Amino acid sequence: MTATVQTAPGMAAPVSKSLWALGWQRLKRNKVGFISLWVVSVYLLIALGGWFNVVGGNWLNEIAVPYAPPSWVGASGADVMPADAYDASGVESSAPIVTLARQEDPIGKELTEAEKDAGRYKVEEVKKRESLPFGADLRGRDVLQKTLKGTSTSIFVGIFGAVLALLIGTTLGAVSGYFGGKIDDLLTWFYSVFTSVPDMLLLLSFAAVSGRGITTIIMVMALTSWTGTYRLVRAEYLKLKSREYVQAASAIGASHSRRMFVHILPNISHLLLVQFSLMTVALIKYEAILSFLGFGVGVRQVSLGSMLAEAPSELVQGYWWQMLAVTIAMSILVTAFSLLVDALRDALDPKVK
Amino acid sequence: MSAYIIRRILQMIPTLFGVMLLVFTLFTLVGGDPTYILAGKHLTAEVLANLRAQLGLDKTLPEQFMIFVRQVLTLDFGTSWSTQQPVSDIISTRIGPSLTLTGSMMIVDLLIAIPLAAAVAYFRGGLTDRIVTIACTVAMSISALVYIIAGQYFLAYRMEMFPVRGWGDSLLTNLLVYVPLPLLMGLMVSLGPDIRFYRSFFLEEMNHDYVRTARAKGLSEKTVMLKHVLRNAMIPVVTTVMMSLPFLMIGALVLESFFGIPGMGNEVVMAVNKSDFPVIKAVTIYIALATMLFNLLADLVYKLIDPRVQLK
Repeated sequence: MTATVQTAPGMAAPVSKSLWALGWQRLKRNKVGFISLWVVSVYLLIALGGWFNVVGGNWLNEIAVPYAPPSWVGASGADVMPADAYDASGVESSAPIVTLARQEDPIGKELTEAEKDAGRYKVEEVKKRESLPFGADLRGRDVLQKTLKGTSTSIFVGIFGAVLALLIGTTLGAVSGYFGGKIDDLLTWFYSVFTSVPDMLLLLSFAAVSGRGITTIIMVMALTSWTGTYRLVRAEYLKLKSREYVQAASAIGASHSRRMFVHILPNISHLLLVQFSLMTVALIKYEAILSFLGFGVGVRQVSLGSMLAEAPSELVQGYWWQMLAVTIAMSILVTAFSLLVDALRDALDPKVK
Repeated sequence: MSAYIIRRILQMIPTLFGVMLLVFTLFTLVGGDPTYILAGKHLTAEVLANLRAQLGLDKTLPEQFMIFVRQVLTLDFGTSWSTQQPVSDIISTRIGPSLTLTGSMMIVDLLIAIPLAAAVAYFRGGLTDRIVTIACTVAMSISALVYIIAGQYFLAYRMEMFPVRGWGDSLLTNLLVYVPLPLLMGLMVSLGPDIRFYRSFFLEEMNHDYVRTARAKGLSEKTVMLKHVLRNAMIPVVTTVMMSLPFLMIGALVLESFFGIPGMGNEVVMAVNKSDFPVIKAVTIYIALATMLFNLLADLVYKLIDPRVQLK
């Protein structure tokens, strides 16, 4: 990016600044945008920590009693459904247990065999906690840890999906807009095919034929959501390819790929950043819906959507904390990200001085 | 005009061909061998060979593609793998409930969103504007899933204002008893973005010179707003609504599967769960066709309501 182009005529700046430096300055002035930048950074740190198992790495540990209430709720949460009410009624109605001697028991031999080794596999009995900072789920896992890990998974799915989609969309859009002609016709046809099927239907069709898990979701999302970027990038390349600086590059013998990706691409990078943030938010929401419908992450993984999928059955029993935790985590993330997108769009708009 | 329509319809052919190619690639090449799903417990070589012959899997790929093309052209997608019902029957029975829900949702949404957006745009910068904008942002930040779960729990289960889930036989019972709760939840999700979106249309129109001219020549605010601004701002609104019509057909996926409404969305989710490929294929082709047709229709309506538009 040539710095002089971006300098405003009315601004008597001694040193002309690049679009990015100007954008950063404008972003810092925008209070809402700057705060959301910090919030998003914190979330990204959590995501990174979750990826390397520093944050929420032991969410699978069953450290508390099932549905342990949050510690700040106190007794009121516990008396929704007393833990021992079920056992008490169970004892009264239970039928007499018939015991068999080892000799008459058909599996007696195997039982003796099994008990011999039982000592070796004894599970250390850990004292389960009665309450946790944000309660526990059905298996007594810490909701706070689970939310952190789930947020991390969701953000990673969103970011990787968006990066891949951006990569596909930018490459195809650049080739299409730069070369034009037959290639453009072919790629535009490809684009119109993908846009004539609704995203969600395409996502589900992909999910139907491929297995389940995080990698699949990321691939599926990338393959279905590159179209917006394609349209944007293609239009920009159509406009920019005949500009003087591209002609100049061509005159000094720059190759097609060099002109496309070294000369033109930096000039639309601000659009790509906005597009990337927009897509990340959208994909985080999509992931939640996919996981909720059961096409998302596997059983050994957790994401915000898979946590929400547990919420309906928990709510009926009066255990609301998991849903609250997810709602808070997700709302703050989505709000901060959306506000950041708005601020970025304003800050990086070259027309605004 | 008719030349334009014919050209547009001809342009749909390569796109439809592409969609068929995409669906075929997905379900035949990526999807793997469906005979194992179909054979179930009776897994013998004979059964497998028999099933392959029935599905045409023993033929070459181009031949299989031709079978699929014939299916699309005759709109006969065979029978569902899980229920053995003809796919056309499934779709014709599922589309009604979907349209009942999504259609009424769209009408109510428009009736609320357009007046609100116009009012907010009129008082832009004021307190009403700020309150509505903030409310929209807050409403948009909460996941659709949370609305559905919380709404069903509080409004239906705890307060017993609505049935928790279900669907009836007559249109009237459905509209009065079963639709309101999903409708309300759908509105919570759609109103926020819609109001903000339509507000931008109204704002853009109100900044035009003709508004100032209309005021300058002494027209009342009512005439300026209702006769000049509203009519112009409705142009993009109508286009967006037209473009969104095909999406009504697949229904509100999450709402339908959560509230047990036997619509298209529910059917798609079940079909994906059961790997019922014929149903998914058929729905994808139908929706793609509808999308292309409605895009054309949107352009024609655009021309109809805005005479300045030149179709080329």
